[in-house]
Amino acid sequence: MDMSFSADDLAFRDEVRTFINDNYPRVTNTRSRGDMSRDDMLAWHKVLAKKGWVAPHWPAEHGGAGWTITQRYIWNEECARAETTPLLPFGLSMVGPVIYTYGNEEQKKRFLPGIYNGEDWWCQGYSEPGAGSDLASLKTKAVREGDHYIINGQKTWTTLAQFADWMFCLARTDPDAKMQESISFFLIDMKTPGIEVRPIITMDGAHEVNEVYLDNVKVPAENMIGEENKGWTYAKFLLGNERSGIAGVARSKKAVERLKNIAGSELLDGEPLINDGEFGRKIAEVEIDLSALEVTELRTLAAESRGQGPGPESSILKIKGTEIQQRITELALEAVGNYAFVYSPHGKGEGDNAFTPGPEYSIGVAQNYQNMRKTSIYGGSNEIQHNIIAKMVLGL
Amino acid sequence: MDFSFTEEQTLLRNTVQSFLQDKYDFDTRRKISASADGWSKEIWGQFAELGLLAAPFSEEQGGLGGGPIDTMILMEEFGRHLVIEPFMETVVICGGFLREAGTAAQQEAHIPGIVGGENVWAFGYAEPQGRYNLADLVTTAKADGDGYVINGYKAVVLGAPWADKLIISARTSGGQRDADGVSLFIVDKSAAGVSTRDYPTVDGRRASEVTLENVKVGADAVIGEVGKALPLIEKVTDQAIAALSAEAAGGMKELNDATVEYCKTRKQFGVPIGKFQVLQHRMVDMFMAYEQSVSMTYMVTLKLGEGEEERRKAASGAKVQIGKAGRFVGQQAVQLHGGMGMTDELNVGHYFKRLTMIDTQFGNVDHHLTRYSAAA
Repeated sequence: MDMSFSADDLAFRDEVRTFINDNYPRVTNTRSRGDMSRDDMLAWHKVLAKKGWVAPHWPAEHGGAGWTITQRYIWNEECARAETTPLLPFGLSMVGPVIYTYGNEEQKKRFLPGIYNGEDWWCQGYSEPGAGSDLASLKTKAVREGDHYIINGQKTWTTLAQFADWMFCLARTDPDAKMQESISFFLIDMKTPGIEVRPIITMDGAHEVNEVYLDNVKVPAENMIGEENKGWTYAKFLLGNERSGIAGVARSKKAVERLKNIAGSELLDGEPLINDGEFGRKIAEVEIDLSALEVTELRTLAAESRGQGPGPESSILKIKGTEIQQRITELALEAVGNYAFVYSPHGKGEGDNAFTPGPEYSIGVAQNYQNMRKTSIYGGSNEIQHNIIAKMVLGL
Repeated sequence: MDFSFTEEQTLLRNTVQSFLQDKYDFDTRRKISASADGWSKEIWGQFAELGLLAAPFSEEQGGLGGGPIDTMILMEEFGRHLVIEPFMETVVICGGFLREAGTAAQQEAHIPGIVGGENVWAFGYAEPQGRYNLADLVTTAKADGDGYVINGYKAVVLGAPWADKLIISARTSGGQRDADGVSLFIVDKSAAGVSTRDYPTVDGRRASEVTLENVKVGADAVIGEVGKALPLIEKVTDQAIAALSAEAAGGMKELNDATVEYCKTRKQFGVPIGKFQVLQHRMVDMFMAYEQSVSMTYMVTLKLGEGEEERRKAASGAKVQIGKAGRFVGQQAVQLHGGMGMTDELNVGHYFKRLTMIDTQFGNVDHHLTRYSAAA
């Protein structure tokens, strides 16, 4: 047992820090992903692809960096420290690993470079209006016709589909089989006729998610991953990976730092709010929760690097990680006081001339709090994660 | 001990209920909020016609002679419909200052305009450095001949974009946070030296930042006693907290009903999700949070006439209860509605946003825990 950094680790940290400092592209609006341009969102991705650091967890043959878990930890810390644009997970962390694990040689050659280099933007066609927590009850249908499948149905909560070139999509291929045994995993070109993307505006005013309608969409059979009706296996593998990235420890540490800055600037009877025992204790409490989660995540990663998991334990990371993210935004909302009332418009044009009084750090704090309520709903709701632990870990 | 309503009070509730059911559905509210003005003058006029704006004023003042219970009834119904119009600012707060401490001349000059729906008022008290401390004032009013000259800045003045009259707190003497030396002034929004910048709030209403630069007011603009207004401000904001508690309870009621209904109809894993015990217990907790909030709303409403200490504890106690309950009910209503709860389209997120801001308004849970324990 040892939690300290070696001399090599420290040298790696310096290298990474210098690289970020020298190469991070300045992008204009980083408040919400829906507000950024496609180019801005991909700028950092492209820099990292060139350097060979965009998908450190991938196998070396596909461009992985072969980093140790300590190096991956350092990398995440340094990116959060510099507040770099988070890399989009849909290609790199979700469908990429599915393709290199279950895809054929042709699919690997065709899709992995586009994901790696940031040329192709992917979105996730999983949830449907009637299939949320109970994902396996999805109704989108794919019917084989010659060397194609004809896909009909509706996907929802599709994050950033407005920018997507490709969608990985679950559809039912055998109407007679059991639910989990009749799902297949498709890769769909978003330019295919019959696809319509409609925005869903969330309560904070952002456009991050969408509905995707599929009306007789013709997908070549070669764009199906693995075997027909085995898609649920691949889908679950992907969800396991989604969960392990969802803890967001390094980003939360940065968010706690920002929270402390707010509480250090806001006044309570003329004194910095952070000096108020009560509020100071609230920050301490979330920071302690976060320390525990950090070590829990490192233990999970260590197990993973020994070839175990990500197992059902990764549900802990999802539950605790999102609770902490939500708590931090809640405390930021409390810290800014009356200026939490101010609505800050989203998007280009409308937002440029908006009057948003109050200190810089108060802008969008309430909307961020609202937006982060999604985290205990998405990626398998926290109730579902409790069920997973109860069943798979505790054997209940 | 009697928690029943009088016939008049029941009639008032029926009147406002049926009006809002007819004229203020969620879609209408959304349109009003998104309109250029951000509120509906027409609805305001109808409130006046129905006598709602006259409810808490005495008959001598030109009102209907109702009391805090009438205000509670109205605010609860407004909470259920997420009413945007500035009843709180105009009738409860600024009307409250006039009721409690207005001179006969001030009451005669201003109450008819409120009751008739012609004038809208807003209360500028918060300052950027002051957080929720009503006495933490940098804004000053200096005696000048017969009147005063006001200089300063008021933050997040809710409803001010729609107002023509403002009530402004300012320091006439003493140090920045002294209890003594606080005074209240009636200021015309159109007076020379008053400038406002308006913006939307996250709960679908509007507010202004108000700058006061050498604003001259006469001695007749002072409400209450010069330098002694803090107890008056506390009294009226406690009345506002009682009204806010009722609004919050109304909002929670709607969220709980919507959530129970949704969980009965939304099916996953082949059953309505309301069959899952973990969600049942959550909804029971939401229900209890609401019931406790109703109790505290009654309590504070009935204790507004008590002595200062007693009233202060009741108001801060209620504010803590609705702050905590509002957060819990709001968050869980969103959670149990899943992705749908996150959307702008469904009303759930809008109640959640309003309940969140109700906690901030007039001081959040932390502020009122401190105030309560100081009074206890």
